Formats: sequence, C-alpha cells, structure tokens
Amino acid sequence: MTSIFWRDLALAFRIGGGAGQALVFFLLAVTLLAFGTGGEPDVLRSVAPGALWVFALLSCLLSLDRLFQADVEDGSMDGLMLASTPLEAVVLAKAAAHWVTTGLPMILAAPILAALLNLEPAAYGMLILSLAIGTPALSLIGAIGAALTASVRRGGMLLSLLVLPLYIPTLVAGAMAVRASAAGFEAWPYLGMLSAITLGCAALAPFASAAALRITLS
Amino acid sequence: MKLEAHAISCIRGGRRVFSRISFAIEAGEVLILRGPNGAGKSSLLRCLSGLVPLAGGSVTLSGLSEEVLDLSDDRETMQSQLAAIGHLDAVKPGFTVAENLRFWARIWGENDNAEARVAAALTRFGLDHIAQGLAAHCSAGQKRRLGLARLSVAARPIWLLDEPTVSLDAASVAVFADLVRAHCAKGGMAIAATHIDLGLEAARELVLEAAPRGVQMDEASDDPFLDEGAWI
Repeated sequence: MTSIFWRDLALAFRIGGGAGQALVFFLLAVTLLAFGTGGEPDVLRSVAPGALWVFALLSCLLSLDRLFQADVEDGSMDGLMLASTPLEAVVLAKAAAHWVTTGLPMILAAPILAALLNLEPAAYGMLILSLAIGTPALSLIGAIGAALTASVRRGGMLLSLLVLPLYIPTLVAGAMAVRASAAGFEAWPYLGMLSAITLGCAALAPFASAAALRITLS
Repeated sequence: MKLEAHAISCIRGGRRVFSRISFAIEAGEVLILRGPNGAGKSSLLRCLSGLVPLAGGSVTLSGLSEEVLDLSDDRETMQSQLAAIGHLDAVKPGFTVAENLRFWARIWGENDNAEARVAAALTRFGLDHIAQGLAAHCSAGQKRRLGLARLSVAARPIWLLDEPTVSLDAASVAVFADLVRAHCAKGGMAIAATHIDLGLEAARELVLEAAPRGVQMDEASDDPFLDEGAWI
C-alpha cells in the first residue's frame, strides 16, 4: 500500500505528472476573480470565503480524471487488481497521493491567496484549518467519480458532472466555517460537520471506488 | 496445486464469448490456448484472473491450503497467487526501467530481496544496460521485455499469459520460453494464449472454437437469468 502511495507521488513529480498544475490553476482562478470584480476590496472581502473554497474544489477536480485512467490505459490497473493488498487499500493509497499533490499545496498557498482576496485577517486560521479538514474529502469523493469514468475517453467532463453535486455539502460546510469566523461567530459547528463528511468519505469512498473499478475493468 | 475450470462460460457485451469450457492444470504444467481471433482466449484468461465475472461454472484451486478455493468466493486469495500479462505492458514512461520493475516486484512479491530479483530479471531479459534510462525511450520490444520481466520478479505460482511474445525477436522468445520452463520446474504453472510455438515440451493444448455468429442460447445452462441476459 505504501509502495503505491510513493509511486503515485513520484509519478506526479515526473515529466507530465501534473503536480503543481492544480496549485497554479488555483492561483490563476483567484487572480482572475480579483480582475473580474474590479478589485473592489469590500466586494472581494464578502466573496472571499466562498470563492476560495469553490476554486479549491475546482482545482482538485482538474487532476482527478487521470487518477485511475492513466493506470487503466497502460494496463497497470489489471496488475494492481492482482496485488496482495485489497483493491480498497489501493484506492485509498491513490486518493492519499492525489491529496498530497493537490490538496496540500493549496492549503499552504491559501494564506497568500486570502490576502489577495482581502479576507478578514481573523479568518486566516479557520481557512487553513477548514481546507486541511475538508480537502481530503474532495479527493476521496473524486475517487468514486474517477473510478466510474476510468475507461471513458475524455471522461473529464462527465467526471465533473458526477462529482460536483457531491461536493456541495463539503463546500457549504467549509465556506460557512470561514465566513462565520470572518464575521466573528463560532465556526466549530461547521468544522464538526466538515470532519464528519471527511471521516464518512474515508470510510465509504474506498469501497465505492473499488466496486466501481471492478465494474469498469470487467 | 491444481487449477480446475468446471464448465465455465463468459458473456461480454451481451454476447456469449465461450461456453462450458472445462480443463484442469497441475503444478509444473503449461496449458496453451489456441483458436482463431475472437474465440475468447483473452476473455478466458481475464475470467480466470477474476477480472471478468463468470457467467456460469466455477474455477477452483486445490492444494494451496487444506480446503479447495473457489474463484467467486475466495477471489482475493486466488488473485494473490496470480501474475497476469496482457496486451499492455504497464510501463510508466516517467519512470526508469529499473523503477518500473521494482514497483512490480513489491506489488506481486515480497518486499525483502526485491532489489536482487529486479537485478536478476533485468539481466535475464537483456535490459541491464538501459536500467537507469527512462522507460519512455524504450522500443516496443524493450517495453514488452520489461512487461514480461514482471513475471520473473513476481513470487506467484500461476501465470496467465495473453500473447506474451508479441513484438519479441527470436532470441527473446527463447529467453521467455526458458523462463516459463524454469517456472514450471519450480512447481509453477502457466496458461498461455499464443499463436506461435514456444517450444515447450510439457505443454498441453486447449483449442477454443470460433464463437458462433449472433446470439446463441446455452440450453444446458442451469441459470434462468443467464439466458435472459444473453438476449440483451
């Protein structure tokens, strides 16, 4: 299981691996929003919590379509199905590697982007905390969609249609936590909900993705 | 160890690919699958590896543990005894040749002495001079050899081989035949779909008939849902 995690991580940083692309997309999207709204500090401040979370999940989606597809196309997935580790663990390892290459860099870059969008300084800590708790759920839910579309050519669009509606609870809880914190309210209820979503996904998503992969490959 | 298929059938895409095939293969034996294109050789191998569900019949493995394992009930235990080579070589172009092989040595074998097994496999398949080069620069034949070298780093007794010698030169075919021979001598077994003669003495043949045109009902089937499915 660990060898699959490290292999996916190494592949992401090799030529054509796509590590960092999600981060650059995140940066660009935030910059575009600042340009698009004319850079009004007050406007930016009010949309910042929601915008940062929306862009975070869009960036996460960007690299999801290759999560299993690359392995299905070159025959690696057939071999991984015969691995001594259960397929559910393989899925979990791959989702974890996806999070490290997309979610983690976004969490680290979040404070800079928050400054760009004029987020209330009091909410910086909550933004980082909510992303840290919530982004694993994005990778895990995304793994289900990626497994379902693994054998579909140009399945990226279909994947978005499948996965984006499932991201709504995570988005609401995450954005509300930041918003509440910016307005000086208690954010813990939202964080609790976000943690529950992530833990639920960690428990269920590997089984759902593995089942989807078995159907895809049969 | 003995692998048995009892009257297995396969339906893919609503079409009956093959039906009621039975065979048994014991440790040390090679079974060669013959038959024209579309006869279901690849499908049979995918069914045996548990990737494609059987539409009827059963596959059992005896001699591994005390009880007889059944593919549909103990799929993961049986799959951990298999190494399968398909049409694709599972080569990651961003990794070096050695890195590619090292990964499969860990996935299909134990972690200890993986390094030694990788080095031996690279030498056996004549890949040691490009071991540190990126797999993206390999020729088709080199990629195929890298794909086959996975067998030699795997610690798995049952090999399922689908057209293993495609794009290999005569010398590499001989190396591969030696590998299969050595595997069988150690008590392994192999089922291979191939059109060429591998020159294996102990090989038995199983000939698959070309699939009949259109949908055909299997009258002897004992599963009522199966035959309904065949009409879809």
